[in-house]
Amino acid sequence: MNPRDERRTAQALASEIKDLARKHSGQMRFMEVCGTHTMAIHAAGLKSLFPESVKLVSGPGCPVCVTEKRFIDHAILLAAKYDACVTTFGDLVRVPGSSGSLTTFRSEGGTVRVVYSPLDAVEVAVAQSPRPTVFLGVGFETTIPTVAATLKAALARGVENFYVLPAFKTIHPPLRILAAKDDLHGFLLPGHVSAIIGSDCFSYLVDDFHKPGVIGGFEPLDILLALRDLVSMTVRGTSAIVNDYKRVVRADGNRAARDILYDVFEPADASWRGLGVIPGSGLAFKGPYTRFDAAAHFPVNVPESKDDPRCLCAAILTGSKTPDRCGLFGKECTPEDPVGPCMVSSEGTCAAYYKYGAV
Amino acid sequence: MCLAVPMKLVELTGEGTGKVDAGGVKGDVSLAMIPNARVGDYLIIHAGFGIEVLDEAEAQVRLDLFRELAAATADEEDL
Ligand code: SF4
Repeated sequence: MNPRDERRTAQALASEIKDLARKHSGQMRFMEVCGTHTMAIHAAGLKSLFPESVKLVSGPGCPVCVTEKRFIDHAILLAAKYDACVTTFGDLVRVPGSSGSLTTFRSEGGTVRVVYSPLDAVEVAVAQSPRPTVFLGVGFETTIPTVAATLKAALARGVENFYVLPAFKTIHPPLRILAAKDDLHGFLLPGHVSAIIGSDCFSYLVDDFHKPGVIGGFEPLDILLALRDLVSMTVRGTSAIVNDYKRVVRADGNRAARDILYDVFEPADASWRGLGVIPGSGLAFKGPYTRFDAAAHFPVNVPESKDDPRCLCAAILTGSKTPDRCGLFGKECTPEDPVGPCMVSSEGTCAAYYKYGAV
Repeated sequence: MCLAVPMKLVELTGEGTGKVDAGGVKGDVSLAMIPNARVGDYLIIHAGFGIEVLDEAEAQVRLDLFRELAAATADEEDL
């Protein structure tokens, strides 16, 4: 589409949203579950197109943001004790731990390699052999099958010094908790997580909570379309799961990817920043893949960690506060010198507000 | 972190691997999750893996919808 048509489509959708909202008394608060949506919404300045009565708040779908400080501490303590090489996605290296980040650890002589794909992490392990190499396993259903497929390949290839420190998370358990909140009226559902898990599996939002959910793509027009459908259902008092990202997301998702995932992992409890321990919201290794478990293989004592009590990340990740309510925002806490993970991750809500402004 | 981009599968390079291209930017990807991908398909790429094959018919449905909306808006503005 040419830019003029794109602009006109955006105008058409924005005015539909306004017209619909006029028929509704009271606020509509929707949560964009996924951090990639958060960034796209702010980058395109979409919030300025919504009427006062339509509010979008961020959710827990920023993997780095929901990872606990203690996980960073664990990675650093393990690597220091066993002289392990750490491999990780780039987003994680600047997240503050209790005493410094992975970047600090590297500047003090630790080995930390940023990789684009878990497959690259295996190549690092092969090059470092026999030194233990630990990949930091952070991510949701989009990313987890890539790690699972990598472990299958590593097992077949007999790579013996490759390990994963798991902090994987799955989206349904926290979403169920958030769906019960009275001040959230619907959900912009994560596009690429849904590519794996499908659109059908969100039906509990409707059946158990009578709330609409719309799966959206990541272009500005995709997001506006999804918002229009959320507003439209809310105004009419109906709820359904609508898939506005059909070009990528199937009703049943990607079965091959899920088969790979559940060959390697099984559900386990996980601890979330902002939400605490949620039963069944994480993943543990199973069968022959337990040999890759860095936590089991390299025991280390990791003390409880404390978050800076002034940081509001926990409330931000559950949609109850926005970054401008934080006294540290833009002052003590900036992307260059972050206090909390919501400012570190490129898709964290505080980083989005800082980069693109509060609107 | 769930960022994923469409790229065209231009070559099968081995057992479950392929070469993708987007505007001259090339890369190697694993096709482990999309065993039925064929050369010419657009793949959604995340962390070195194709996670899904783009449904071109659905992509067209979306474009048609947006073009319709754009046309209707143009009419109003041109009055
Ligand atoms: S601005 Fe910084 S300190 Fe405040 S909530 Fe965001 S990450 Fe935490």
